[in-house]
Amino acid sequence: MWQFFHKLGSPKWFFGIAARLMPWLLAGGILLLVAGIVWGLAFAPKDYLQGNSYRIIFIHVPTAFLAQSVYVMMAVAAVVTLVWRMKLADVFVKSVAPVGLVLTFLSLFTGAVWGKPTWGTWWVWDARLTSMLILLFLYGGVIALDRAINDEKSAARAVSVLVLVGVVNIPIIQYSVEWWNTLHQPSTFKLTEKPSMPAEMWVPLLLSVLGMYLLFGWLACLRMQTEILLREQRTRWVKDYVLAGRG
Amino acid sequence: MNADFRPALVLRHDAVGVLSAMRGVFARDLRVAFRQRQDLLNPLLFFVMVVTLFPLGVSPEVSFLREAGAGILWVAALLSVLLSLDHLFRHDFDDGTLEQLVLQPQPLFLLVLAKTMAHWVLTGLPLVILTPVLGVMVHLDGNSIGVLCLTLLIGTPVLSLIGSIGAALTLGLRSAGVLLSLLIIPLYIPVLIFGTGTVASAAEGAPVGAYLALMGAFLVLALTLAPFASAAALRISLSNG
Repeated sequence: MWQFFHKLGSPKWFFGIAARLMPWLLAGGILLLVAGIVWGLAFAPKDYLQGNSYRIIFIHVPTAFLAQSVYVMMAVAAVVTLVWRMKLADVFVKSVAPVGLVLTFLSLFTGAVWGKPTWGTWWVWDARLTSMLILLFLYGGVIALDRAINDEKSAARAVSVLVLVGVVNIPIIQYSVEWWNTLHQPSTFKLTEKPSMPAEMWVPLLLSVLGMYLLFGWLACLRMQTEILLREQRTRWVKDYVLAGRG
Repeated sequence: MNADFRPALVLRHDAVGVLSAMRGVFARDLRVAFRQRQDLLNPLLFFVMVVTLFPLGVSPEVSFLREAGAGILWVAALLSVLLSLDHLFRHDFDDGTLEQLVLQPQPLFLLVLAKTMAHWVLTGLPLVILTPVLGVMVHLDGNSIGVLCLTLLIGTPVLSLIGSIGAALTLGLRSAGVLLSLLIIPLYIPVLIFGTGTVASAAEGAPVGAYLALMGAFLVLALTLAPFASAAALRISLSNG
């Protein structure tokens, strides 16, 4: 167990593992995502209220799902960075933050596109939408702070503190759904929160969420590999790797 | 007066207890601030000016101002606290006081808490005192002004506490001011929502006890957690320099 833990701290070891894992993650991700989206877009039944416009859910929900869980993963990595000073955890936070930003943006964008036919407006200052917007800002802050600090180690630790502070905010934002709706309109509930969703709808949704997770895993591995190569560029194994790749 | 007149931080090692060390830090920060009065006034002037922009820029109608007044005052207070945060650690960082603070035998988070409390007394509290005047100018009724002052009284310490984390994280960086705002504004949003929500609820004649209790919960949360985060961030920033 502890040996595994120490190995996990070694960028070289992770680089090899990631290289072996990535084809599977990519293949699985594309397979599930294509299956889920094709099933959802072409074969799942129409919604009785919204007709075909609800079908954007098969892209909207996976991105929104990932946007939030990526932040939680970053928070776990931030704890690891602060407590054990593990290099890889910090590489993960740095590599994954822009992915989280893009996912959050996509979920907001698809949400807006969905909102236009459903609510008749691109944007509502609803608690859920606002909380996702705050999440977008948090990702932006994490990236900005990381870019602003030159020293790698200080950047890693400062970013970790910021990520953790942001996590304290997340449950507050989440619960504000209930508090805030009592102040404004309580009618704008999302389709996903209806318990009466038939299996023909939620199975493809589940497939595309899982596919998105795998695809994210692939992307995270890829970006972490790049970051590791950059950081370890003076070491022997990176030189050997690069030379072997060229030769 | 120039910076050479800044009183030194005098805390002797083991002889000083935690509480008297905190008192020392607090008193020194107040003394420093009162020797540079302009720095004290600037956030207040900024607060008044931002509030002035809204009637002139949007609409001087009584109905609009009555509706939006609490929000305007809250946003202005938030921005002016944000503006003053840069001073929280900057001077102490530049002249080395901060390093001495870190080296004290007393826990750093408590000393940071004392500094943050001093910051609130110097910026947040004057804003609260100034609020009734501006509240009258934006045509809020008496009850709303009272509730508004109460929410700012509970809310501005939260702003100072959360802000101290951002100030500590961005210490010594290029373009720290803008970065500080980027990091801190998302964390301020919940406080703003509940602060203005309380006043809106009071204006409708609804009870505000639950809102005030929630804001109190924010304060307790910030009071207990933020100093640890700022202290950790300060150590990181100092090791960076």
